Amino acid sequence: MLDLPGATNIESQRRIWWLADHFRSQAGVREVVPGMNNLTVELDPTAPEPENLLQALRAGWSQSDAVSLPSRRIEVPVHYGGPEGPDLDQVARHTGLSRGEVVRLHHAGEYTVYFLGFVPGFAYLGGMDPRLATPRRTEPRVAVPAGSLAIGGEQTGIYPSVSPGGWQLIGRTSAALFDPARDPPSLLLPGDTVRFLNVGEAQ
Amino acid sequence: MISILKPAVQTTVQDLGRHGFRHLGVGAAGAMDRLSLMIGNYLVGNAQGAAGLELCMPPARIRLDVDCAIAVTGADCSARLDHSPVTVGRRVVAEAGQTLDLSAARSGIRAYLCISGGIDVPQVLGSRSTDLQAGMGGLDGRLIRRGDVLQTLPSTIPSRAPAAVLLPQMGSSIRVMPGPESDGFAPDWRDGLLKASWKVTNQSNRMGYRLQGPALVRRATGELRSHAVFPGVIQVPPGGAPIVLMADAQATGGYPRIASVIAADQWRLAQIAPGTSIQFELCTRAQALLALTKQHDYLQQMQRSLRAD
Repeated sequence: MLDLPGATNIESQRRIWWLADHFRSQAGVREVVPGMNNLTVELDPTAPEPENLLQALRAGWSQSDAVSLPSRRIEVPVHYGGPEGPDLDQVARHTGLSRGEVVRLHHAGEYTVYFLGFVPGFAYLGGMDPRLATPRRTEPRVAVPAGSLAIGGEQTGIYPSVSPGGWQLIGRTSAALFDPARDPPSLLLPGDTVRFLNVGEAQ
Repeated sequence: MISILKPAVQTTVQDLGRHGFRHLGVGAAGAMDRLSLMIGNYLVGNAQGAAGLELCMPPARIRLDVDCAIAVTGADCSARLDHSPVTVGRRVVAEAGQTLDLSAARSGIRAYLCISGGIDVPQVLGSRSTDLQAGMGGLDGRLIRRGDVLQTLPSTIPSRAPAAVLLPQMGSSIRVMPGPESDGFAPDWRDGLLKASWKVTNQSNRMGYRLQGPALVRRATGELRSHAVFPGVIQVPPGGAPIVLMADAQATGGYPRIASVIAADQWRLAQIAPGTSIQFELCTRAQALLALTKQHDYLQQMQRSLRAD
């Protein structure tokens, strides 16, 4: 595992995405999983020279300094508020903003997929306006509907499937975030730039 | 084809899991006791990774609607095929219409039913395993219910001769290696984790085993940044009660990782019943690899001897 000291930053995360893509197809490597400013590589325990892979990983990290990654731009249509965003009022109360301002600030943002986790296709998005930061609910919901757009602390994200969850729900998308029959199955991948298209408040 | 007349408390279709997609948030799933699934598959002449049924906490009753070879491995559930005993770890040839009964387990909690050909459900991301959290794989991504009918893939029945294998020993001593955050605990993690006896609580499932024992207190403060986790990782949430992540572990987490259960012992933990106590034993990387190699050799030898008969 590669874990970077110091404050979380996007430059290091870019290097991690590159390193992850670079390593995924190597022989003896089972899984390559980016986290928040860290990267975990699972090796096949019977791989003949695990030390060589570790060395290659270190060398790759030094090399990653100079690389530039093309970033895919993904647009996700969302309805803000209404029954599909039941916590919009709560976010407005907590932040001291009006409902309209919450929607405007969230919609104006350009987001970056740092990594995926929790459930298939769940992308942790950085880049939210700090004024929108709202703590998680004290009582998590047992079943958050699929496609729910949510705020959890300083991060934002979309629940791809029905799952328990404690984030504040501010809207919903009909986009399929995860489809195992698609290649790649996840709509959002580490390193993607994401914008939300406001298709109006839900009815 | 087989018909579920009565499922166990939790019955799922499982193979050896879904690999290579953790960076997309996809967990592995797969048999909790991989070793028993592989043994069962070898007995009935399948490839080691064919899909079988994981029956957690029988009793259960299944009708075999096709002539087939079957093997029950893992938990000893005093299985009977139309009243004739089916010893655990033994191949039996069954005729269409016969009924397999499993009673409550005498040892272990997860029985595996392997059937010649393997269970035929669609492959999702390269695996037939049921991922209950994501609701995919297996039979519509869900638990097997009474009345479900499962197809099997075509196969030749290996041999009408009965065959049996020597099964590995279950046990409550589980070997671990230190995790990335093992040093941040007070008392020292070796004293905290290794010297105590840990009770597997009722809040244990395919995602994780919650353990009860003396609280493990982390000296280091501040939240960790999200990182990858895997089956076998032992997390310690702020409350101090450790959780051992199991086959359905999520891809990323944020709690400190005090240690990891070695791959060769994960099957053993999967057979521990809630309410039972376990002990952790420290192990080096070389010992962990040796244990895995031994397991591999045991399976290879078994495969050879079964081919020979």
